[in-house]
Amino acid sequence: MAETHTALPAHQFDDLEQQHEAGALGMWAFLITEIMFFGGLFTVYTVYRWSYGQGFAEASRHLDIRLGAINTAVLIGSSLTMALAVHAAQTGRRRVLILFLLFTILLGSVFLGIKAFEYNHKFHEHLVPGPGFRLAGPEARHAELFFSLYFAMTGLHAVHMIIGVGILATLVMMANRGRFSPAHHAPVEITGLYWHFVDIVWIFLFPLLYLIGGR
Amino acid sequence: MAARAVPRRLYLAIFGALMGFTALTVWAAFIDLGRLNMAVAMTIAAAKAALVVLYFMHVRYSSRLIWVVVGAGFVWLIILISLTMSDYRTREAPVTPAWRAAIQDKLKL
Repeated sequence: MAETHTALPAHQFDDLEQQHEAGALGMWAFLITEIMFFGGLFTVYTVYRWSYGQGFAEASRHLDIRLGAINTAVLIGSSLTMALAVHAAQTGRRRVLILFLLFTILLGSVFLGIKAFEYNHKFHEHLVPGPGFRLAGPEARHAELFFSLYFAMTGLHAVHMIIGVGILATLVMMANRGRFSPAHHAPVEITGLYWHFVDIVWIFLFPLLYLIGGR
Repeated sequence: MAARAVPRRLYLAIFGALMGFTALTVWAAFIDLGRLNMAVAMTIAAAKAALVVLYFMHVRYSSRLIWVVVGAGFVWLIILISLTMSDYRTREAPVTPAWRAAIQDKLKL
């Protein structure tokens, strides 16, 4: 690891601007693989939603819109605190940076807590696909398919959140040791990109899963 | 994305807009628009995603290279979904007697 406090770029870069851009570009290349990763699930969703719209709408009515909307607000709030953390890193305010990173971790944990509560509720209602799935009506099979996608998509999203919280905790420790400066804070910026990406996935999951019941 | 920091007031404004869009999409879901419900929900979600990408992810202030790479990512997603659906939605295309006759006529040539 190079000296973190010098305002010099690593030797393979012309200047700091180029180094910053290379970092962001690398992260975006990763995020595009993530878009395709989640994209596969969104495609499966589109195919079956189109074929079994009735069953999907019925199944969606078993989800709690209030909890989904609260979680959307929580996650958007965490994106704001993340953006403010990056801002603090850019302007070299260490205490503010640590504070906003901790806020982001807190909001991320609230999101995961609400998600766990919802999952638990689905187990009690026998809405988890598999031998225990119980739902009356002619659309039960299609509703089960909806719940398979619900758990796969929100589960994969939650795994990304858990990884994100872990990375944020690492950033807090790094910031605490004074590893970031206005010239060198690429880890904060890049984690910000990741966190906002996870937020975008949820921005699409919320209407597709919770809001299709036409209540 | 260099040290050019975006003013914090802008972040707050974007946050406000995202919350407003969330309320709007929940409100719109309770109105029966038929097939349009899906279009409305996805339009709002796309607008929210655009705000996050442009401002929170700083793409608005990034180089053309980043713009092209990010744009390509989303274009590829659209290709993935639209080409898949163009297959699924045409598998059950009705073959009318006239159509069948026309095909058989062609094959005889």
